[in-house]
Amino acid sequence: MKPASFEYARPADLDQACAMLAAGDDVRIIAGGQTLVPLMAMRLARPKRLIDIARIPDLAFVRHERDGIAIGATTRQCVLERDAVVRAAVPLLAKVMPFVGHAAIRSRGTVGGSLANADPAAEIALIAVTLGATLIYRQGAASAEVAASDFFIGPMMTALPAVACLTAVRFPRWRDARIGVGFHEVSARRSDFAFASAAAQVALDDSGVCRRLALGIGAVAACPLRLDSVATALEGTRVELPVAREAVRAALADIEPLSDLHASADYRRRAATSLAMRAITDAYRAAEGGACALN
Amino acid sequence: MRVELTVNGEARTVEVEPRMSLLDCLRERFLLTGAHAGCEHGVCGACTVLIDGAPARSCLMFAVQADGYAITTIEGVAPGPGELSLIQDAFCETHGMQCGYCTPAMILTAHALLTDNPAPTRADIVDAISANICRCTGYAQIVEAIALAAERMRGLNQPMREP
Repeated sequence: MKPASFEYARPADLDQACAMLAAGDDVRIIAGGQTLVPLMAMRLARPKRLIDIARIPDLAFVRHERDGIAIGATTRQCVLERDAVVRAAVPLLAKVMPFVGHAAIRSRGTVGGSLANADPAAEIALIAVTLGATLIYRQGAASAEVAASDFFIGPMMTALPAVACLTAVRFPRWRDARIGVGFHEVSARRSDFAFASAAAQVALDDSGVCRRLALGIGAVAACPLRLDSVATALEGTRVELPVAREAVRAALADIEPLSDLHASADYRRRAATSLAMRAITDAYRAAEGGACALN
Repeated sequence: MRVELTVNGEARTVEVEPRMSLLDCLRERFLLTGAHAGCEHGVCGACTVLIDGAPARSCLMFAVQADGYAITTIEGVAPGPGELSLIQDAFCETHGMQCGYCTPAMILTAHALLTDNPAPTRADIVDAISANICRCTGYAQIVEAIALAAERMRGLNQPMREP
């Protein structure tokens, strides 16, 4: 047994889970455990008590809302990967799901777990920031919301209060007729942790002019980054590639990339530039074709 | 804590500390040593078992979390004592193993893949086993084994051809 000893509780509902969270120090939520268990095995995390929310009813769902879709925190990644609603309404999220860990990880890992653990390389977090998702959590009896861009504050660090439980995430749906998405990442094996990644979603008008663009890069800095200056430079144009490249370069010039054994800061910046260009190109082409390229 | 599991079709009850992984529980309590401990943090895939039919890392799940689930280990895939499943047989035939450390997990991963997709392409097979590290074979014979097993499983479901 590698982890330190802990107590384990399985609350019947969210109220009970929130009460347990408020009742003690060093209490952690567990759902799929695919990030937390390795941290515990290496004793980087040593919670005194684990609260297993995986079986709480009403926390696993995908449903339509007025301006998007809401996904319950304990929805497993393998479910999302095959969900027709996600595919139709948030194609960029559907596109990245096969990259979120391996199939054996996605069969247990949850959407909320990926968001709450805030690994800088996490693809779901990247899409949440890129598309401007909203995270919903419960603290005691009160429900609160936070924008994805405010939620991630550092590697494995979020703005979620220690006694709060993430319950859902809401992704906005773009209503434009011509939408395309693109995603690329560099990793040692497919589905391993990315060293750099980029995601783009583009909406074109009837004449092929870019109405809207969202571009994000992941695994490069401490948190996923949304590059709004690139969107500003390209919206209202036909997305000339030299212009796009210059905008991406400028946007990445003053970020502080991570550096580790696998990828230096300089490598990450260069890789992110190339990946962002590929993601934009794919998204633009898919939108021109009138269909979302999901493969 | 008391945990009730269905292991290879048999209902089992076990008393465990919460920090005992499903992997350790299978190996030490049920003496099902086919699930192997490799990295024990989710990278190598040697501990893969099927949980309600889906492949999962038994090192990344505490036994208490698995309460009520149906677990299939390599010991549960053969049709009878002394026999091999069709996938195990294909691994033997193509020499899809050397040291055997990754083999149970490879076979269970193949099992899940072929249940889901009876006619996988080479790319599908490579993608499915990309979660499992083998340090001996170079993967070529493993891919071959799974392709052979897929072909035979499809054959089993076909009517006999007239001679």
